[in-house]
Amino acid sequence: MTTVTIPIEDMQLIYDRPEALACTHTHYCPGCTHSIAHRLLAEAIDELGLREQTILVAPVGCSVFAYNYFEMDGVEAAHGRAPAMATGIKRVSPHNTVITYQGDGDLASIGIAEIIHAAARGEKITTIFVNNAIYGMTGGQMAPTSLPHQKTTSSPLGRDTDLTGSPLKISELMSQIDGAVYVVRRSLHDVKHIRQAKKAILTALKVQQAGLGFGIVELLSTCPTNWGMTPVDAMHWVETAMVPFFPLGDYKIADSVRQLE
Amino acid sequence: MAQGTIIIDHDRCKGCELCTTVCPQGVIEMDEVALNAKGYHPAILVDPNHHCTGCAICSVICPDVCITVYREIPQPRKNKLEEVTSHGA
Repeated sequence: MTTVTIPIEDMQLIYDRPEALACTHTHYCPGCTHSIAHRLLAEAIDELGLREQTILVAPVGCSVFAYNYFEMDGVEAAHGRAPAMATGIKRVSPHNTVITYQGDGDLASIGIAEIIHAAARGEKITTIFVNNAIYGMTGGQMAPTSLPHQKTTSSPLGRDTDLTGSPLKISELMSQIDGAVYVVRRSLHDVKHIRQAKKAILTALKVQQAGLGFGIVELLSTCPTNWGMTPVDAMHWVETAMVPFFPLGDYKIADSVRQLE
Repeated sequence: MAQGTIIIDHDRCKGCELCTTVCPQGVIEMDEVALNAKGYHPAILVDPNHHCTGCAICSVICPDVCITVYREIPQPRKNKLEEVTSHGA
């Protein structure tokens, strides 16, 4: 084993902050995978050279300030209405890459109509859907995606499916819509899955560039603060509790997308 | 194995400890004494024997993009062989 120190000036840079990610400090809690999702999106945008032509539509939720965290244009939509706003932007300015970044409280609850109809119309936009099975920003209430028996501040004894119904599986739902051409679910709980998630985001952006139709990438994420866990335990919970309930995989890859790959 | 190193932006670190769980060489630890400007104990590189290989796995999991990774520039194989031979002699 060598003990000679190589000066850092003589080394090559292997990884640095992506250009599309602003230098701003984020307001996310320690260990929150929102920041990982932000970074993956920024890396994908840099790799495809889309920074100057991308418009990000930020949601309401923890990622409400997403437009501050990227070095590209962004707008803020009303709660759940990011796909509607993205539709308008894409239709008047089709050469721009339009991305909505939404959480589960935004997309799967108040915004379920907008996302379904944006997909049904085959809008040529890309949605990054961050699913952490809870309402993070408002203090950890039960979301449409909360797991059965999951304890939240509005279901302190655990989610009772007789009373509140079953969790919505968004990727499965979206895959039934003809206008959606790329529907996949990935997870951010470990390095391997983070790399797979980045690949999916890259493909989703390429789908939009090629104008094939609506693309959505669902990312299983953590909320250590509202789950009442350490960030390390939260990653483990995604793997052991969320992944079995929300199976990872490609829910719909249209033939046109396969040809693209 | 290639030699590498990382630079952690301590003031950006929120002390989530995820990097310490994934480092294959186990050279990232939490600073149990110092606090950063945010009030967290930041992650630090403790690598006196230069075990860091610059694999960049820590930078993949770091949620706050605090970690910049460097690795030695790979030398052509021939030179390495010569080096080994000269050391042997």
